[in-house]
Amino acid sequence: MLRVGWQVLRRDLLLALRRRADLASTLAFFVLVCALFPFGVGPEAGLLRTIAPGVLWVAALLASTLALSRLFAHDHADGTLEQLALSGTPLPVIVLGKVAAHWLVVGLPLVLLAPILALQFGLSADEALPLALSLLLGTPALSLVGALGAALTLGARGGGILLSLLVLPLSVPVLIFGVGAAAGDAGEAGSTAIASLLLLGGLLGGALALAPWASASALRIALE
Amino acid sequence: MYTTSTLSAGAPAGRPWLRYAAPQAFFPLAGKAIPWLLGAALLLAACGLYLGLLAAPPDRAQGDAYRIIFVHVPAAWLSMLIYLAMAFWAAIGLVFNTRLSSMMASALAPSGALFTFLALWTGALWGRPTWGAWWVWDARLTSELLLLFLYLGFMALQAALDDPRRADRAGALLALAGVVNVPVIYFSVQWWNTLHQGASLSSRGASMAPIMLQAMLVMTMALWAYAIAAVLQRLRSIVLKRERHTAWVQAYLKEKQHDLG
Repeated sequence: MLRVGWQVLRRDLLLALRRRADLASTLAFFVLVCALFPFGVGPEAGLLRTIAPGVLWVAALLASTLALSRLFAHDHADGTLEQLALSGTPLPVIVLGKVAAHWLVVGLPLVLLAPILALQFGLSADEALPLALSLLLGTPALSLVGALGAALTLGARGGGILLSLLVLPLSVPVLIFGVGAAAGDAGEAGSTAIASLLLLGGLLGGALALAPWASASALRIALE
Repeated sequence: MYTTSTLSAGAPAGRPWLRYAAPQAFFPLAGKAIPWLLGAALLLAACGLYLGLLAAPPDRAQGDAYRIIFVHVPAAWLSMLIYLAMAFWAAIGLVFNTRLSSMMASALAPSGALFTFLALWTGALWGRPTWGAWWVWDARLTSELLLLFLYLGFMALQAALDDPRRADRAGALLALAGVVNVPVIYFSVQWWNTLHQGASLSSRGASMAPIMLQAMLVMTMALWAYAIAAVLQRLRSIVLKRERHTAWVQAYLKEKQHDLG
């Protein structure tokens, strides 16, 4: 059973490697959104330092949400998804494999890219590290919650916008604790940052426990 | 697929109320209830507004500005309650595959969104004289705003799916995900920031004059009566639209046409 999940993960990674342009455009989007903020609020260093964690988090949230529409769409279009659903393996395991692949392709590069962008916003290395750590815990939760949205909107009209409308309100807790964990350390309250980080881990655990099942039932509704 | 259609013929012995799970049986019942509910809403609103705007004394700190509470608080309560009711009926529809429950969930959503918007709007009007700002990024305001987006997402998802059966079930799943998330959203936003005054009603009793409380409760009942009437009316239209191929809707429409001459 786990072997099938592993195979799904491997297959999705391979497919993503064959379509590198998708991956590159998501990362370019992330960098571009971050680069737009200095144009919007002005180049003042102190202000940019203050808003940096929030900007990076919101940009990561948007980039990962935009990439979600690809999560099930290709497999749905060519019928692979139905074959996977018909196999004896529980659908949540397959969903988990696909979400893990999606996170490795979209989430992890965002996490790795974030410290460099943080330096661009004038954060020191000490401040960039908690930011990257918060993204490391937060982005998998975003992918898990997003999988439910992607499954619900499969084949619906107005896909991308609708998906964002469904997923973004549900992602707010992750954003709040993520920014709390990233920004708290920059200021005085280090304990707040630790608490936020722990709560973020709790959200990730909760999402890990519930989201694959919810997404699997959403896929079943879409496929019947 | 639709198991409930057998229920319209006759309810199982001992559970006659199950008869009304059939749209055909519920449709006339809702039609009869709506005028009574609307009448009650008007009467209660008149009483509540009299108590709230004329009988209740001005607040010591806020003067007359506080009087918007008689709309604001009932609307805010109702906005949350309707979401729970919507998720409840959606879940019943998902589990028992009853058509009417899913239609009820769809009928509840616009009213819920309306009351959420009303709560936000009256809150802005109240915030301006008391806090000096139309909007503050406070925990309760923000979670109410997110609630509005949950309603809008539910309605947008149902509108985007062509197959009504899939729309029902996908919407139900989204509503349930929202219910799991609402406490998380609420507490996370509270963690994030709070400025809103404490709740006026708590388990320890009300922190307001009895006449203000009476006015608020009467207004709450008025808005409830209105909301139920509006939801039932919307439910009736949804029933007619979804069941337009059935014999009883055809007969009903023919009769209506006859009445109109």
